[in-house]
Amino acid sequence: MNYKMIRYMLGQVISTEGYLMLLPSLCSLLYGEHRHFFLFLSMSFFLIAGGTYLAWKAPRNRTFYAAEGFIMVALSWVVLSALGALPFWISGQIPSFIDAFFETVSGFTTTGSSILNDVEALSHGMLFWRSFTHWIGGMGVLVFVLAVLPMSGGWAMHLMRAEAPGPEVGKLVSKLRSTAKILYGIYVALTLIQVALLCAGGLPLFDSLLTSFGTAGTGGFGIKNSSIAFYDSAYVDMVVSVFMLLFGVNFNLFYLALAGQIGRALKSEELRAYLGIVAVATLLIAFNTLPYYKKFSTALRYSLFQVSSIITTTGFSTANYDLWPGFSQCILVLLMFIGACAGSTGGGLKISRIIILFRGAKREISRMIHPRAVSAIRFEGRVVENDTVQKVFIYFITFMALFAGSVLLVSLNEFDFTSTFTAVAACINNIGPGLNMVGATGNFSQFSVFSKLILSLDMLVGRLEIFPMLMLFSPAVWRLRSKE
Amino acid sequence: MKIVIVGGGKVGAVLAGLLSQEDHDIVIIDTNQRVLEQLSNLYDVMAVTGNGATMRIQEDAGVKGADLLVAVTSDDLTNMLCCLVAKKIGARQTMARIRNPEYADQLHLMQEELGLSMVVNPEQVAASEIGRMLTFPSALQLDSFSRGRVELIEIRLLEDSPLAGRDLAWFSAKYPFKVLVGAVERQGEVVIPRGDFVMQAGDRLHLTGQHASIVSLCRKLKILKERVRDVAIVGGSRLGYYLARNLLDNGISVKLIEQREERCVELSQLLPKALIIHGDGAQHELLLEERVEQSDALIALTGMDEENIVLSLFAQNLGVSKVVTKISRPSYSPAMLDKLGLESVVTPSRLTASSILRYVRAMQNASPGSQIQTLHHIVGGQAEALEFRVARQWPYAGARLQDLNLRPHLLIAGILRKGRLIIPNGQSTIEVGDNVIIFTAGQHLKSLTDILKS
Repeated sequence: MNYKMIRYMLGQVISTEGYLMLLPSLCSLLYGEHRHFFLFLSMSFFLIAGGTYLAWKAPRNRTFYAAEGFIMVALSWVVLSALGALPFWISGQIPSFIDAFFETVSGFTTTGSSILNDVEALSHGMLFWRSFTHWIGGMGVLVFVLAVLPMSGGWAMHLMRAEAPGPEVGKLVSKLRSTAKILYGIYVALTLIQVALLCAGGLPLFDSLLTSFGTAGTGGFGIKNSSIAFYDSAYVDMVVSVFMLLFGVNFNLFYLALAGQIGRALKSEELRAYLGIVAVATLLIAFNTLPYYKKFSTALRYSLFQVSSIITTTGFSTANYDLWPGFSQCILVLLMFIGACAGSTGGGLKISRIIILFRGAKREISRMIHPRAVSAIRFEGRVVENDTVQKVFIYFITFMALFAGSVLLVSLNEFDFTSTFTAVAACINNIGPGLNMVGATGNFSQFSVFSKLILSLDMLVGRLEIFPMLMLFSPAVWRLRSKE
Repeated sequence: MKIVIVGGGKVGAVLAGLLSQEDHDIVIIDTNQRVLEQLSNLYDVMAVTGNGATMRIQEDAGVKGADLLVAVTSDDLTNMLCCLVAKKIGARQTMARIRNPEYADQLHLMQEELGLSMVVNPEQVAASEIGRMLTFPSALQLDSFSRGRVELIEIRLLEDSPLAGRDLAWFSAKYPFKVLVGAVERQGEVVIPRGDFVMQAGDRLHLTGQHASIVSLCRKLKILKERVRDVAIVGGSRLGYYLARNLLDNGISVKLIEQREERCVELSQLLPKALIIHGDGAQHELLLEERVEQSDALIALTGMDEENIVLSLFAQNLGVSKVVTKISRPSYSPAMLDKLGLESVVTPSRLTASSILRYVRAMQNASPGSQIQTLHHIVGGQAEALEFRVARQWPYAGARLQDLNLRPHLLIAGILRKGRLIIPNGQSTIEVGDNVIIFTAGQHLKSLTDILKS
């Protein structure tokens, strides 16, 4: 273990968080919330000072390996969340630290599960920070650090691989730093377009900005108690739906499109599967809820919004889908597990993994019929190495095992099965709301402290795609001594 | 610059490492995904899996609009095809590794027809490097500037060396030859020394000077070795063949030991003047029987690095005064090999990579400024010795060196004016038309102006 390098990078991450906290302090200042302005400003000062102290001496030996990459990412996210929770807790807006931690983890992991009964009671500065964590967490903190810090060597790739979602993480261009910059460029541009469109729809700037943060990170923190339903505008619903879907697309495709290869981007199998699933799910739910909404166009509007919100793992809501028929609810739960595309800001298992899983299963079945058949799994026009296929299967089974274990532990709360099951599903897939108690109108405040901790871990496990978090708890990793 | 490398073998890997350090955009193509994974973990490069000679893969890798494509797969024909396709797609320049001696005669033709900017042959590069070392056996390594007018040599200080424990100021006072220590290598680390630098036994000194001065210095230090008249080469690979031919042309007698019988027959036809011995060069009995200890030099060129190392140590023990070892793996560190006691080591992939790098560096400043004439890598690329020609437009011509704000870890080791070498001091000036020799560590100079602090 290159502990010095881990300390150095951790310092960089902490001071980055410090700089980012200047924005909510500015927001507090603009709204005249002086106490919160000073709170954010001093937090930001301490974080920058502390981070700079940790990163003061750049280590001579900057090489590290995959294990360090995983540990660094996992550790950064835990530390980031713990420090990010402090403003909520110190200000007393969320009196219990564990609640504040849950809320912040939920923010950074772009989950959007909340323990707040009354969101609107928060100050503007706090609301801003809460939604801003979504935006930071969406593309990843270390990717941001990589875009800013000058680094050479291939080792930084371990960080990107550990933080970015998807079975295979590649670069867009040959330099990692340029790749990180391009990704953030696309991210910022899309966010700004959404802000402009929402403003054009008559939303105040503050609301447009925060809603866009929630959408961009596919997070889903609403700033009103009734989430997006508050605005009750078909235009806002449409804009948010479309942008949720956009942020659920692999960012590499945007880059391809920008590079003038729209045709190639549109041919992506993952994109087609993603849009196909959205279309089918939307239509099924629209027909199923037709008796409830009476008018087809209304049913379509609500079902499209909810399907986009769940499959991209955002978690905004415009309708109380707890009142929908069981079939529709079931579709939503299935969508939770499918998740968005690899390389997007969304969570879940990811469409590409689902495709590879199904093709792998199909190959096994055909092997039973033709035991000597040799066949390769193809995806996006390329052969998927057996190694990758195996990794996907292992990912799936580990994911399910962690899911089952968490359900068991959370069930100690003695809540009904639907609430328990969907609460864990919503957290581990980084969605936000589940069904029943944790449904569109409910929240996570009634869970025990222990459950909140488990759910927080689940959110981190889901966002970082399991293995970094598992490595953090593996004694074998910490036994790797560094040789100085 | 945007550079595409086809083939992630030894040369490809070394090249990717060197070029990515210099802030180029590197894309590397290989058919083996595992190799690519390792490379992209080591260096900041983009990897593309597939056959680099196909248009589709080249387009994926962005060959269109790339400044340079380097084809260094193991197969000559693939390399040629890669370059042909790349040129058609729109790469600005292409470079291929072509190693089969049978194509050597038609290189000129192919270069023109395929639009190749440069053809590299690692074995030939290595053979001429070894040949050069043998022309002056006192030096562990020998390179030259200005077409041989100034030499760059490497010597190792032995325990009883009169220089051990002395500083450089003492050295230049005691030995008033026009020779300058440009870089010192100690336990794998490179230092660009100043006057107060104290030398130790075991240090490897990199010296520049004109040939006569260097010879005088070596004589004074009692490390001057006899001229090499007959050489034993172990291993009749392509490299062995090139080297034998090169030496025979220079009137040096060659004894070549090769294990495979058919190859021996082939070599005896190709090299009628050489003595070809059929036998296992790793067997000490054979070496004793062939009296290698009476040869002036032994060159270990078998296909196995380990065998070459043992062979070289054995020959050094027998008292062969000049032993050269071929090490294929570029990952063996020079410090480790030094510890083993090997003196002159040749790594063909490194030599090839640095000759390509030299070309890339020259491409970069195609402007008529002060161009790089020569570039030598020292200690596995940790330091560089460069030669620049001062162009008419150079704004600092005529200024005294002490008035120039030079970068740290940089040494102006010589100024060659009208064929005469000046060892510079603070009063010296750099004039238009001079050739300037510079040692530098940890930075990459592209033009002469880079020697100044930005």
